[in-house]
Order: sequence, then structure tokens, then C-alpha cells
Amino acid sequence: MSLSIRVIPCLDVDEGRVVKGVNFLDLRDAGDPVELAARYNAEGADELIFLDITASSSDRSTMYDVVSRTAESVFIPLTVGGGVRAVEDFNRLLRAGADKVSLNTAALNDPDLLSDAAERFGAQCVVLSIDARRCPEGVFTDSGFEVTTHGGRRSTGIDAVKWAIAGTKRGAGEILLNSMDADGTKEGYDLELIAMVRREVSVPIIASGGAGKLEDFVPAVVAGADAVLAASVFHFGQLRIDEVKKALADADYPVR
Amino acid sequence: MNAPSVVLLDYGSGNLRSAHRALERVGAEVSVTADFDLAMAADGLLVPGVGAYGACMKGIREVRGDMLVDRRLSGGRPVMGICVGLQVMFDQGVEHGIETEGLGQWPGVVEQLQAPILPHMGWNTVRVAHDSTLFEGVIGERFYFVHSYAVRSWDFVARDDNQNSPTVTWSHHGEDFVAAVENGPLVATQFHPEKSGDAGLHLLENWVKSLR
Repeated sequence: MSLSIRVIPCLDVDEGRVVKGVNFLDLRDAGDPVELAARYNAEGADELIFLDITASSSDRSTMYDVVSRTAESVFIPLTVGGGVRAVEDFNRLLRAGADKVSLNTAALNDPDLLSDAAERFGAQCVVLSIDARRCPEGVFTDSGFEVTTHGGRRSTGIDAVKWAIAGTKRGAGEILLNSMDADGTKEGYDLELIAMVRREVSVPIIASGGAGKLEDFVPAVVAGADAVLAASVFHFGQLRIDEVKKALADADYPVR
Repeated sequence: MNAPSVVLLDYGSGNLRSAHRALERVGAEVSVTADFDLAMAADGLLVPGVGAYGACMKGIREVRGDMLVDRRLSGGRPVMGICVGLQVMFDQGVEHGIETEGLGQWPGVVEQLQAPILPHMGWNTVRVAHDSTLFEGVIGERFYFVHSYAVRSWDFVARDDNQNSPTVTWSHHGEDFVAAVENGPLVATQFHPEKSGDAGLHLLENWVKSLR
């Protein structure tokens, strides 16, 4: 009897539409996040993450609509991230039907946001999303990994492992650990990064970035991930959620 | 026959939409309110709860939820607690060394789980009590938990001969803890049935059907 490893599809949403290629033949509208959420729910997703990548903040309200429409019919946990800048954004998303809210750049700019949100809503709904990469030439951190912003394009010089520690001390109840080196490569998760963060923090870790084939998931869990996230391999139907779960079960990890 | 009415107690706690929709899905007529009279009159009262114990108790007392639960239970009227809504039914919560008095319907203390990874977040199995009716049809299913604190022991002593012993269902994360309690009109789950997919809906349906 133990907690199962969570398999989580991530949907990038721009102005209320799923982007980054979704390719299911049997969807009426592959760009509708609500329809896709229902599809993943039916396939056995343990949780869903919506990442709002809308450039203009004036269109942010469409995300609340997406969340509330999804919560109408999909009864699994929903995490929403992207564009969250204030505690009030948390409140609106939770009231719309989100269970967890992830913070990325906003937490770097104002770490108090983590503690303020955790105090008001509980650490269990505060997810710290970290876009990490191996330090490029000229950047040095103790762990060898740094935090980036702007989708991995901008260096911060902040040690990614130290930031994970600091973030959880401030109240983050979960770490969404994105490897910007592995992201998009489909060559597997960055196991070293996962293991380093696992050694230092005691909150759950969602491994993200690099999943390309069935064999990629078990090593991430061995390295210390509590949950595995993927986007495009699910969207394009290259892998199905139940296949990933079977791969985990075959390695004796509990799955739902 | 009319649908059973359920009041979802709105005292400022987190995501109520999922519980609202889930209860509707399984056939309840749901109002999200803190109105005392409506909450007294409903066939069932659902007490949600996320976040800190102290904050939840404060919110519950501000809407006179303590009196509401007392009065309903003394009249045998069903009440269900979810997550921190289960925890507040016990005597006391201890978070970060701060002791908060609970509703005291059950004896026991809510404390931090002793486990390597906290919060306990995700889908876990439960050991369903043999005389459970709440879990009818969902034996062997996993449910979604998200919490760091729990009731880690149960030393319930029946207060008089007529009082039936509560039916306690356990789960395990680092150690055993109370996952659900069924005790006459008062039932509660540490997990979130409204977030536990079809299994959770089935469990909620069991409760809603029991309301009349």
C-alpha cells in the first residue's frame, strides 16, 4: 500500500486555446483545452497541468474560463501556471476550480509571494516551477545548475538546487522541475538534476522535460521524481498514458 | 422524488467548484452558502477544507459552523467533512506547534505525518473497514490525497452503551493514518472524493443516496 507515481500531461494554453500541436484524430477540436482535458482524464491521467502562455495579460481572463469549464466535468486535480503575479490571482484560480497554482518568474521577482500564498491557501496548493539548466560558460553555481527565465533564454545565475530549497522553506508544497536542456529533445529527463533536488527537498517533485519514449519514465522515478510530466509525446499520440503507467508498473512502481 | 439537497458550507476555503459540480453530478441539489438556516434545513451538509487548520476553524466559527454541526448532529442530520473538513471534527489540530481547538465531535489530535515526503500528495490506497457503507462499490480503488497532517491514532471509547463504534478506514504514508470515518450521521474523508475521478464520484453518490 503506497502512493502511486503520478502521470501528468501538460497543456500549453494561449488565449484559451491549446497550442504546441495536438494531434488526436478523434477530437472534434484539438485546440479546445476542455475537450483535451476530458480526453486525458478518460485515458487515466492522474492530474492535469494547464500552462497559460498568453502574452498579453489583458487576455488572462480566458484562463479562468478554461479552468472553470474543465472543473465542470473533469474530477481530477488541476494545476494552473503562467502569468500568476499576485496572491489575488491564486484566489481567482482556486475559486475557478484549480487545486494548485504554479509560480515561476513571479516567485523569483518576489519570493514573499510563495509564503503569502502558502499562508493564505496552504502549502499544498503552491507549486514552485523551476526552469533549470546546466550552467553555460561564464555562469557558475555550486550545483552546476542555474535557474533561467523567459523559456530558458535568460540566465539568472541563481543556483537551481538552492532555489528549490529556498522555495520550499518559504512554503512551496511541490516542485515542478523543468530541465531546459532536456526540454524538446525527447532524449529523457535530466536525471542528475532530479537526483540533486531530491537529495535536498522533502516535498514532491514533478519531473518535466525530455520525455520521448516509454523507457524514459522509470529512470526519472528512480532518480527521485514523485510524478512525471510530458506534453508533446501525449499530444501527438506517440505515447499513451496507460502505456506509461504499464512501464512504471512493470518496474514495480505503484500506479493508479 | 426530489433530489436530496446539500449545502456546501462556504466559509472562504479554496476550491469549492469541484465539490459543487461533483455533488450535482451524483444527483444532489447543491447550494454553496454559509446561511445558517439553509444549512440547517438541507438534507446534507458538506464541510470542505483546505489549507491551515487554524484558518479553517476561524472561518468555520465565523459562520457559526461549530453550532451548525452540533445542532445537525444532535438531530441526527447528516454531515460530511472533506480533508481539513475531516480534521476539524477531532478535538484538536497541531500545526507548527500551534494548537487549535477543533469541533470535538471525535476524540483525537491532528498532527504532522511522519513521512519522508510531505505533503502526502497523490493517489493512495485505503484499507476499507469491513462494515463500511460509504465505500460500497469502490473497494480497491485509489483516492486523491493532499495533506501533511492527519489523525495518526484512534482511541475512541463509546460514551455510552447505545453509541455505535465508528467505522474507521485507514491509509498509509510513512505511517498509518485515518483516511475516512463513518459514525452515524457524521462521515468524513481525509482524501478528496471530488478529485478522485470515478471512484470519488461513486463514493459521493453513496453519501448523497443515504441522505433520504
